Amino acid sequence: MSEADGLVRLRQPIGVTYNWSAGPNATSHLAGLMNGKFVGKRCPSCALVYFPPRNGVCPKCAKILAGDVEVGPKGTITTFCIVNVPFLGQKIKLPYVAAQILLDGADISMQHLIQECEAEDVRIGMRVEPVWKDKSEWGPSLENIQHFRPTGEPDRVMGTESGAS
Amino acid sequence: MALRDIAIVGTVQRPSEVNSTFTSVEILLPVIQQLLDKVGIERSDIGFWCHGSCDYMSGQPFSFVAAVDAIGAWPPIIESHVEADGALALYEAWVKIQTGEVDVALVFSNGKTTSGPIDQILSLQTDPYMVAPLKPGFDALAALQARACLDAGVMTERQMAEVASRSRRDANNNAIAFTKGNESVEELLAMPYTMNPLRAHDCATPVDGCNAVILAAGDIARRLAERPAWIRGIDHRIDTQRLGARSMIESSSAAIAAQKAGVGNDRIDVAEIHAPYTHQELLLRNAMGLGESTHINPSGGALVANPLMAAGLARFAEAAESIFAASADRVLAHCTSGPMLQQNLVCVMEGE
Repeated sequence: MSEADGLVRLRQPIGVTYNWSAGPNATSHLAGLMNGKFVGKRCPSCALVYFPPRNGVCPKCAKILAGDVEVGPKGTITTFCIVNVPFLGQKIKLPYVAAQILLDGADISMQHLIQECEAEDVRIGMRVEPVWKDKSEWGPSLENIQHFRPTGEPDRVMGTESGAS
Repeated sequence: MALRDIAIVGTVQRPSEVNSTFTSVEILLPVIQQLLDKVGIERSDIGFWCHGSCDYMSGQPFSFVAAVDAIGAWPPIIESHVEADGALALYEAWVKIQTGEVDVALVFSNGKTTSGPIDQILSLQTDPYMVAPLKPGFDALAALQARACLDAGVMTERQMAEVASRSRRDANNNAIAFTKGNESVEELLAMPYTMNPLRAHDCATPVDGCNAVILAAGDIARRLAERPAWIRGIDHRIDTQRLGARSMIESSSAAIAAQKAGVGNDRIDVAEIHAPYTHQELLLRNAMGLGESTHINPSGGALVANPLMAAGLARFAEAAESIFAASADRVLAHCTSGPMLQQNLVCVMEGE
């Protein structure tokens, strides 16, 4: 409290701590990441493979997901965005690429960074692989992966596979 | 414009638990499926979906969006969400059916009350300039109200203990309830104060839970349920958020809502009152004009299981079930929200 200019100012920060539970489905996904594996879940009804397993249910069928499915580690870029705009708290050197990556065997894509190539060389269909951080830095998070980088394999033509991608 | 006849035709509640390790979506999905199976309809028969929950409870912005996964959103559906108790979602669904746009609605609500310090979280509902920075605590605000009531002579500590004793006994017969007991009034009065004049049993048990009900209009309701619970009156009123400008010894919003919902037009057999504190049940009974002939909270009420954001809709489910079972002909369902009974929703339902 200060009264320097005749005004009474009161600073009262409010914080609340929660115990957030990931739920059984996301738990096997997060545990997989701690072991360097991409673990998704299959819908028992439509058989689509969800990576990440969202909220543990297939929103299309409204069914609880069942059965772990290991996917990746390689994947294909389904769409991307070149970030050129600086913003508060930015950690990566501009310009950089944020891409949606469809891991091999998964039916929904996930977002990650593309590095180790020029931004203008990134394209839809480009094959990529993960670059993991040092194991000592791993936790239950996709941040265990530093970024994805091109594999040099031939591009995959999108839309020719089954699935919801 | 003549109002359409709208009834609750089915309900499902998930048994209460604490520190649930499931996500909201994982607990909602089976409840919704069970309800559809029970009423005997498909997802495609639902014209409108309405959800009640609160992001502050999960600590996640837009957490309610995830709940759409639980209802299956393909092919596209018409749905809405209220950042409030499911009872308010039921009110919205009732209005939606009144417009004539849809005939059947599914209302659902969920609350993981035990994932955070609920006493602090709820005090964030207060005026953000003058009250919330003081971090008053929800139980503390209720205790101030109880103290004012006792000092004014509108109730006694014995009457409060009677509410707790009755609720805990009734909870023994309710699979959904969490806190159960057989203590006498004397035994409860011998317990220490936790926040004078409140004792532990004067305060609701926070639990994780969810529930869902289906509303339907006219002959569709008659086809879906043997004895639908027809909504004869529903009204929602709010007292000022300025705590100092309110009377703490009465609830004017509950009194007006009850009058507009037609509570006093005939006897009420069963009243399911959403009272998170014993003294608030006594205040609400007075405000809504409920007498000795009304059976109050045969489920044990919110006192024995208070899944926030679902506890009000639970009162609708319990009241409707007593119509389905023909153990009552005219019932009242009530939902409150905010500190010291700030908001009150009252609904009267009847069997045919």
